[in-house]
Amino acid sequence: MTALSLKDLDISYGDTQITHKVSLDIAEGESFALVGESGSGKSTVLKAIAGLAPRWTGEIHVLGKARGHGVDRDFSRVCQMVFQDPYGSLHPRKTVDATLGEALTIHGIGDRSARVEEVMGSVGLDRKFRFRFPHQLSGGQRQRVAIARALILKPKILLLDEPTSALDVSVQAEILNLLKRLRREQNLTFLMVTHNLPVVSFLCDRLAVMRQGRIVEVAGVDELKRGNLKEPYSRELMQISAAHAT
Amino acid sequence: MRPLLEIENLRITFPTARGDIDVVRGVSFTLGRERLGIVGESGSGKSMTGRSILKLVRAPGRVTADKLAFDGIDLSTRSEKQMRSIRGARISMVMQDPKFSLNPVMTIGEQIAEALLTHKRLPRREVNDRVQTMLESVRITDPERVARLYPHEVSGGMGQRVMIAMMLIPEPDLLIADEPTSALDVSVQAQVLDIIDELVRRKGMGLIFISHDLNLVSSYCDRILVMNTGEVVEECKAGELMNATHPYTRGLIASIPRLDETRDELPVLDRSAWAKA
Amino acid sequence: MATLRDWLIDDSPASPMQARLGRFYRIFGALMHNPLAVIGAIIIVALILAALFAPWLATHDPLRQALAERLLPPSAAHWMGTDELGRDIWSRVVYGARITLVIVALVAVLAAPAGLVIGVISGYFGGWVDRILMGITDIFLSLPKLILALAFVAALGPGIENAIIAIAITSWPGYARVARAETLTFKNSEFIAAVRLLGASSLRVNLGHVLPLCTSSMIIRVTLDMAGIILTAAGLGFIGLGAQPPLPEWGAMISRGRSFILDQWWVATMPGFAIILVSLGFCFLGDGLRDVLDPKSGEQR
Repeated sequence: MTALSLKDLDISYGDTQITHKVSLDIAEGESFALVGESGSGKSTVLKAIAGLAPRWTGEIHVLGKARGHGVDRDFSRVCQMVFQDPYGSLHPRKTVDATLGEALTIHGIGDRSARVEEVMGSVGLDRKFRFRFPHQLSGGQRQRVAIARALILKPKILLLDEPTSALDVSVQAEILNLLKRLRREQNLTFLMVTHNLPVVSFLCDRLAVMRQGRIVEVAGVDELKRGNLKEPYSRELMQISAAHAT
Repeated sequence: MRPLLEIENLRITFPTARGDIDVVRGVSFTLGRERLGIVGESGSGKSMTGRSILKLVRAPGRVTADKLAFDGIDLSTRSEKQMRSIRGARISMVMQDPKFSLNPVMTIGEQIAEALLTHKRLPRREVNDRVQTMLESVRITDPERVARLYPHEVSGGMGQRVMIAMMLIPEPDLLIADEPTSALDVSVQAQVLDIIDELVRRKGMGLIFISHDLNLVSSYCDRILVMNTGEVVEECKAGELMNATHPYTRGLIASIPRLDETRDELPVLDRSAWAKA
Repeated sequence: MATLRDWLIDDSPASPMQARLGRFYRIFGALMHNPLAVIGAIIIVALILAALFAPWLATHDPLRQALAERLLPPSAAHWMGTDELGRDIWSRVVYGARITLVIVALVAVLAAPAGLVIGVISGYFGGWVDRILMGITDIFLSLPKLILALAFVAALGPGIENAIIAIAITSWPGYARVARAETLTFKNSEFIAAVRLLGASSLRVNLGHVLPLCTSSMIIRVTLDMAGIILTAAGLGFIGLGAQPPLPEWGAMISRGRSFILDQWWVATMPGFAIILVSLGFCFLGDGLRDVLDPKSGEQR
């Protein structure tokens, strides 16, 4: 079954059209990457799926159900998002406990204390962090909190917006390992936006290369590992990352 | 020949509610007319080291060093006023984000001209010529048009090239580039770094390239210092980074995913292993 | 004491209560490092104590007239002298603290929440809601505060209650502007997007997440405005439209002492001192709070 299906998606901000006829099918349990440079529209696609960029035409289906334009409660139990900047995605005046418990309150889920500790455990956060404020946490710990917040409603699909690009490499490795393990354990579907091809190679099964609002190429990650991407633009991106990695 | 920069036992301390914290703990190095990379993660003290050379460490922070000399000038005894004649004219610094470093209400041409005129008196004609040449040398194809633009009218990559033009037009002897390309796309990154590289080589300047990106530093520098929690843990030639010996450096290199990744799990740094040592 | 302090600065609090108290302790501690803020706080605490314990602090009945003791200079019996009706000025200043405190507190309670709610709604929803609300706000802002307050008091009739209402009506627009500006900066932040994605309603997002972030700048703004509020109240009292005689309101007291300013300077000067002192206190405290609470500094200490 397809977890996410986009058809002819045209997203606009104001008068500017950001994406042109984006179509994608992502299977349940798959880890899919949207790759491109800034301005390619990759993050905008993610926002439209999440309901944060409501001006679009075309179709978005999530687990077979057509998606409306705004943010809605039922959708939030199926699909959640992790943002790029761990410093900007946590409310500065709320403790970890309050941030994580908020979702439970909204959805009227009881057993708050146990659920919060359970989700903290699953993202590798020690109990002692539970009542800390974001400014008392490191970047990696904050990103773990953000992932925990996304997981506490037990969604099926996780949208990841450059989840490790603001982190140090050693912390990036920890978060990537965590994401990989969570996907395996909870059978999650990932849609990740990134500019970092090696991260795609580590975490994803398939990728789509985007440029100026259009999908240039969709390929399996093995093609990427073997350097077999077909389109000239994809090859260019690949060469730049390969040149860096010597 | 006398080295361009000599630093011995540099320490930077910040007082906090729970006692002093040493951000940089006894860093020593010398720099000739070469390209030196300083790599480290956030909190390693790499940026503070760079700033201390220009005496830009802010108030509660205290800088001490057995030796802090630039081209034979003892920087530690220089007053703020004397430093101003060194900053820009002899040592320049390029920072991370051009959006915050450029004045939004001045055109690019004016800002570059000002950078030049702060340190030299020159006739108007010559200033304009120098600005045009400088913009050309950072590979801006139509310098006359770009000189009339305001910073918000150019892209990030262009903005950073303008920054570089501004920093290099007084022809300094040393350029400190602190994460100069972290806010840019990868394809633009390479372009900007190539420009820095070319200009530094052509003018025979010294370069200190501060970055968190091991690969980037190793491909654009001659020599590399790896910093961790305020100390230099490894010093090596850029080409030999892959044969690094310190467990921190090795761990760092191993934790970077590769394009042809086959590992199921990335190795994670065990910080406790050498924290005490 | 040491154990309480350790409990408060514990890096790993065990309950939300401890986390919150710890945060207040850190803010308090930072505030205590700012000498001017400490002076301001002492003045404000003194004002509150004076208001609470006025009957014990006052040496005389503030309203009792003793025509035999008119216009006496400060002495051991009358610390600040007496006024033209022989009333003890010290006692009147002490009781006046009650009136000032009531004015300040009521204006804060009426105007700040109104401004906050209007500003947050305006900023969050934008569009025509924003245009209408900010239009009204701008109309109020474009009129001079004291004149507007005067007009209201003239319409409602003189008296302390009406003065309070008039001042409240003239001060909310400033708060609405601040709250709107704050809301606009937070509205598009990722942490607000994240709560929206959790399925939170607009009401919950605004009340639970946007509002708490606006409150600190609101507290700062209100504290800094207190001086102006006291001065406006005193101004209304001075021209006879605020507190009515024989209430010991500071502005009205200055007004009555005006006729004797050259020969019996203390009649007008003593309440004047009180006004200056309290205004300064609020300003110092407000400045200190701004340094400590500024949301942009992220409480990185």
